[in-house]
Amino acid sequence: MAESTQLKDLPREQRAFTRRALGMFVVVLLALGILLLRLVQLQVVEYQQYRTRSDENRIQVQPIAPPRGLIFDRNGELLADNQPVFTLSVVTERVADLGVLLTQLGALVELTDRDLEGFAKRTARARRPFEAIPLKVVLSETEIATLAVNRYRLPGVEVQDKLVRHYPFGALMAHVVGSVRRVTVEDLVNLDPVSYSATEFVGKRGVERFYERSLHGEVGYRHAEIDARGRVRSVLDTEPPLAGKNIVLTLDVGLQIAAQTALGDRRGSVVAIDPRTGGVLAMVSSPSYDPNLFVTGMTTEQYAALSGARSTPLFNRAINGQYAPGSTFKPIVALAALSLGVTSWEETIVDRGTFRLPGQDRIYRDWSWRKNNSGGQGVVDLYRAIYRSSNVYFYDMGSRMDIDDFVQFAAQFGYGQNTAIDIAQASDGLLPDPLWKYGAKGEPWYPGDNVNISIGQGDLLVTPLQLATVATVLANRGRWIRPRIYQEGEDPPIEFDPPPPLPDVAGIEAEDWERLIDAMEAVVHRGNRGFGQNGTAWAYIGRNINYRMAGKSGTVQVVEIRQGEEYDEEELEEYQRKHAWFIAFAPADDPQIALSVLVENGGGGSSVAGPVAREVIDAYLLPQLALK
Amino acid sequence: MSNQDFVRSLPSGAGLVRQRSLYRWHLDPPLLLVLLLIMAYGLVVLYSAVDRDQTVFSAQLIRMGMAVVAMLVAAQFDPRFYLRWAPVLYVLGIGLLVAVLLVGVRVKGSQRWLDLPGLPRFQPSELMKIAVPLMLGWYLNDRALPPRFKHLVVSLALIALPAGLVIIQPDLGTGLLVSAAGLSVVVLSGVSWRWIGLAVLSAALVAPGLWLFLKDYQQERVLTLFDPERDPLGAGWNIIQSKTAIGSGGVFGKGLFEGTQSHLEFLPESQTDFIIAVVGEELGLVGVAALLLAYLVVISRGLYIATQAPNTFGRLVVGGLTLTFFAYVFVNIAMVCGLLPVVGIPLPLVSYGGTSAITLMAGFGIVMAIHTHRGW
Repeated sequence: MAESTQLKDLPREQRAFTRRALGMFVVVLLALGILLLRLVQLQVVEYQQYRTRSDENRIQVQPIAPPRGLIFDRNGELLADNQPVFTLSVVTERVADLGVLLTQLGALVELTDRDLEGFAKRTARARRPFEAIPLKVVLSETEIATLAVNRYRLPGVEVQDKLVRHYPFGALMAHVVGSVRRVTVEDLVNLDPVSYSATEFVGKRGVERFYERSLHGEVGYRHAEIDARGRVRSVLDTEPPLAGKNIVLTLDVGLQIAAQTALGDRRGSVVAIDPRTGGVLAMVSSPSYDPNLFVTGMTTEQYAALSGARSTPLFNRAINGQYAPGSTFKPIVALAALSLGVTSWEETIVDRGTFRLPGQDRIYRDWSWRKNNSGGQGVVDLYRAIYRSSNVYFYDMGSRMDIDDFVQFAAQFGYGQNTAIDIAQASDGLLPDPLWKYGAKGEPWYPGDNVNISIGQGDLLVTPLQLATVATVLANRGRWIRPRIYQEGEDPPIEFDPPPPLPDVAGIEAEDWERLIDAMEAVVHRGNRGFGQNGTAWAYIGRNINYRMAGKSGTVQVVEIRQGEEYDEEELEEYQRKHAWFIAFAPADDPQIALSVLVENGGGGSSVAGPVAREVIDAYLLPQLALK
Repeated sequence: MSNQDFVRSLPSGAGLVRQRSLYRWHLDPPLLLVLLLIMAYGLVVLYSAVDRDQTVFSAQLIRMGMAVVAMLVAAQFDPRFYLRWAPVLYVLGIGLLVAVLLVGVRVKGSQRWLDLPGLPRFQPSELMKIAVPLMLGWYLNDRALPPRFKHLVVSLALIALPAGLVIIQPDLGTGLLVSAAGLSVVVLSGVSWRWIGLAVLSAALVAPGLWLFLKDYQQERVLTLFDPERDPLGAGWNIIQSKTAIGSGGVFGKGLFEGTQSHLEFLPESQTDFIIAVVGEELGLVGVAALLLAYLVVISRGLYIATQAPNTFGRLVVGGLTLTFFAYVFVNIAMVCGLLPVVGIPLPLVSYGGTSAITLMAGFGIVMAIHTHRGW
């Protein structure tokens, strides 16, 4: 260590150390100065920014779903309201092991596969953190109590009470009022994400769908102080939601019940319209379904049963069922023939039950034809052709008219289009013409097509709503009024946006209208005249009637039997039977109700659909007549 | 001998009469006072940070008591005892670090703890924060200063060995502090500023290469420093929330117990490594500046005491321990302010948790021992 001792200069080292320590002190001062500057930057210069950020952190704006607007019928009957239900929800962020929790919950409340399936789907969807995800929508009183007792060991589990849609009349109004369904991922593409941020259900069918925007209302907000785990510590401020608009419909629940009762458990439809306003009074599609199931949820089996049933209860026949109109088309053909000048009220033909186009072998038969030469209506003029529903007469008229002229005339009654103001999903039906036929089938229009269309067969298709509209136009003697379902009020919903009015039916003299309607009255009222002389419907509905009804029946061949389907013989037979139609309006000289009745595979129009029409009109008119 | 003579015979001369009683306990009154102030301040902030949780608060109170006891005990030993035992302590520490890697207890993915029978569970890496400056002080004590190149290399090796052992646990924070403790001594030993500058420069050049050796989560932390918004709910969360907490405190703060960031649990680690954010949020710039001032007083006093030590060992050990304390303060606050990547370094004497407080206070005990023992 001699070297060390020799080189060690203690005072010098002490001075050197002091200098170095001083140097380090300067370094320390600089470093702490940097920290201080940084703090000044954060706390003074950028203070406002961080203050805002800190508030945004702790203050969460929570959307509040607006209460959905109520739906009433014309007499103030509630068709759709909101009722409280208790929902089991899970905040997944607060759950350590979701699988374990679901098992625990499954032991306390009944969880169906559908509940779990829906929950998994909703969990996978993008959403705000710490949002409670519904697991079971409707809890029973017992389940609420069980959950309350066990809540302490179920972190992240919430029981929320909220208002959900309720349809007091259930299946009765399901098709026309529609229903709400849970918002799906696909819906979110079309819906305003801000407005719907708290909304769980969206109108999917019927009125609920068409007036969705008005019924929905405006979202509200709650400013809540939350912690980092999303728990609400306190509510600072509330901006209440704006309730959805109430909608009053032209429907009449009493008439709807009468129509449903008249149909019974048969498949079919009744659409009744007030011809003075176009307001739909009743719109029944049978069978139906309980729309409340779509709100509160149903089992997979229940849904499969509904959607798979051969009777298609989810299908709205009234607006989407498309059928050949059959003989209900004849009044229109009659008017066309008059308008185009191919016949007159005076002309008569001899109906022997068959018709043959010149130079062709095919025989077109009358509905009364049973075996060779047994049918036929004898000497027939236009008036008789209507109340006897002579096919042969109209075959002849059809064959006389130019198809394009004819189609142009018939189109004035709304065939082939949806004329309703606020029934967006209604089908258009089909009014075929040569151009359509060439496009769809690649075939030219044959003279035989004229023959078929003249009795409402061939490719012609209509919906019950369209035929009720035709009845309305006939009742109004050609004056057009579009069907609608919203009862006009002071402040209509924005969706109610009537398209331009349709032109009235042109080319028919007033006296021709009255004569035609007279003939349609004869369908119902002409009786006690002996075989082959009565109106086709008289025997079924023409007796004991104290008002004048104009009507026309239709009986339609069911051409389509789907190939390769298996069903038992009895059912096969049922589904092969003819469809029964009846259109009518009353009182004939001052119409207050116009309707169409369809009974699928019901048989004869006059015998099956006619009595339904009579029952419905009776239910509507008799109380009014009694008042007078 | 008259009383007057006795006073004169004390090495530091006048002014010590009134401090005599504390000097008998080998304590430095200014240093002790400020340290106790910082601890008291820390306890108040912690009480708020833990939401008035009596249990946690009491636990911390007990730890702080233990830390003061550790300081008192450490102050009683003669500095020559530390000089004599420095190499033994160092070798023992290295041995324990190796033992940790072989049989240590794994907590949260890193092996830092040693569970020896008959002893409470402890972290040998804490020991090295003291053992390393002692060892370097011992090594350089009778060498000429500034150290020759050879001695410098040996010194760096003495630092690198324990620091490396700690870093591979992995415990980057403590490893950096062990390095800081050693490097402080080396810098204080008089290595020329030019060399220090060169070292810093080459470190800056090598840094991109070190990137490859960082673990994924460490790389993530560095990237997050430059752009916390790249993963605001993940890696960036801590730093965004701590900056928000501090910034939203403004000049005077939101008031004790009123910090929303900490009390609504947005600020993670608010009781431990990120507690300065609670100070910033609730007591504002004023509160943080006051704490910084207190730290500055401790560091100044430490450096002053270092210059008064009678020999190289005393000067280097006191200066090294003081600068280690400074490293704690700087790295912790810079990290919480978003100036440095997140490393696990507590705020000295304030953060919840006892181990570092006990080590730090034991270190100050040694500082006081060196200051108050004379004639060695």
